[in-house]
Amino acid sequence: MINATPEPGRDDDSVNGDGDADLTPEVDEDAADTVEEAPGESAEDPGEVRRKRRTGIAIGVLVALLGFAAAVQLRSHHEDPELAGARQEDLVRILADLDARQTRLADEIAGLEESKRQLTSGAEGGAAALEEARGLADELGILAGTIGAKGTGLILEFQSGATPIRAATILDAVEELRGAGMEAGQIDGANGASVRIVASTFFLDGPDGLIVDDVAITGVYRITVIGDPATMDTALRIPGGVVDNVGKDGGTVVVNEPGEVQVTTIVAPSEPKYAKPVD
Amino acid sequence: MIAAFALLVGVVLGVFLDPDVPLWLQPYLPIAVIAALDSVFGGVRARLDKKFDDKQFVVSFISNVLIAALIVYLGDQLGVGSQLSTGVVVVLGIRIFSNAAAIRRHLFSA
Repeated sequence: MINATPEPGRDDDSVNGDGDADLTPEVDEDAADTVEEAPGESAEDPGEVRRKRRTGIAIGVLVALLGFAAAVQLRSHHEDPELAGARQEDLVRILADLDARQTRLADEIAGLEESKRQLTSGAEGGAAALEEARGLADELGILAGTIGAKGTGLILEFQSGATPIRAATILDAVEELRGAGMEAGQIDGANGASVRIVASTFFLDGPDGLIVDDVAITGVYRITVIGDPATMDTALRIPGGVVDNVGKDGGTVVVNEPGEVQVTTIVAPSEPKYAKPVD
Repeated sequence: MIAAFALLVGVVLGVFLDPDVPLWLQPYLPIAVIAALDSVFGGVRARLDKKFDDKQFVVSFISNVLIAALIVYLGDQLGVGSQLSTGVVVVLGIRIFSNAAAIRRHLFSA
């Protein structure tokens, strides 16, 4: 096939147009001539014409295929001319670049995921700590008497008999209640005065009743406490206990168990003067 | 005439259908296109020389395409695919040029 290639200046007669030198074109020329010029051989005409038509169709199909393939090739080649035209070394380099970039991005993703995880857990930890701090503040506020409290508990009414109820008796009662699990309490007097019972509360005998935390309280003392009602009730009624002692003096202790009670009196929070927290 | 029309139809189909070239066909399609182009040019030249034989055209068209693809395949298997592809393209290009020169001489007498 290759040796059939002529130099442009040379005589081209020896070269077949299809590059197939071993087929002599004269035969086909003769055949074509026969079709057109030789009426005597008309018996061959239908077959010859049919053959011509078949090959004509084949040529059409082949050329259409060529056009199709050429168009497809052109388009597919145009899709990414930069990469398609690149040499192998360039492609290897590009691939290595992409790999390195992918690795870098994967590292970055991992780092970001890690920091996201830390931030999330940190936020959760912060929320938990805040919740805990709130709970602790409530607890301490109830203990210190700086916030109101409600819950199950008892309401005690100390009514004096012939002799007035002494501060020591009330203190005994408060201590007994504390021992029985009192969590918050307050004492009200008939004069409307009300004092929250906290750790520093003191009870004194006054001229007209009691002095509790510098507040004069008179008359029928009403102590509202929050705690386990059954335990506190038992503690008050033990032989030789608060109820017995008050009864010995002629007074009475009425223990009411209304279910939920409210301790609403609060004390102003005070900054410790000398004590400082230890870090 | 029919061939030109068929070529146009093929190009239009290829442009509008825009199929993806299968991966296994990608090395061979360009070479096959070049070989087919060579055959078409040869056919045109033979037509102008009044030596055109349709059967010969069909056979040579198919065999040229197949042989070109086969050479590229062989080169791929031997590890000299790109070099052999270049060689085939060069040879076919020379043939296309010579055929085009003959066609030119026929058409313009120059």
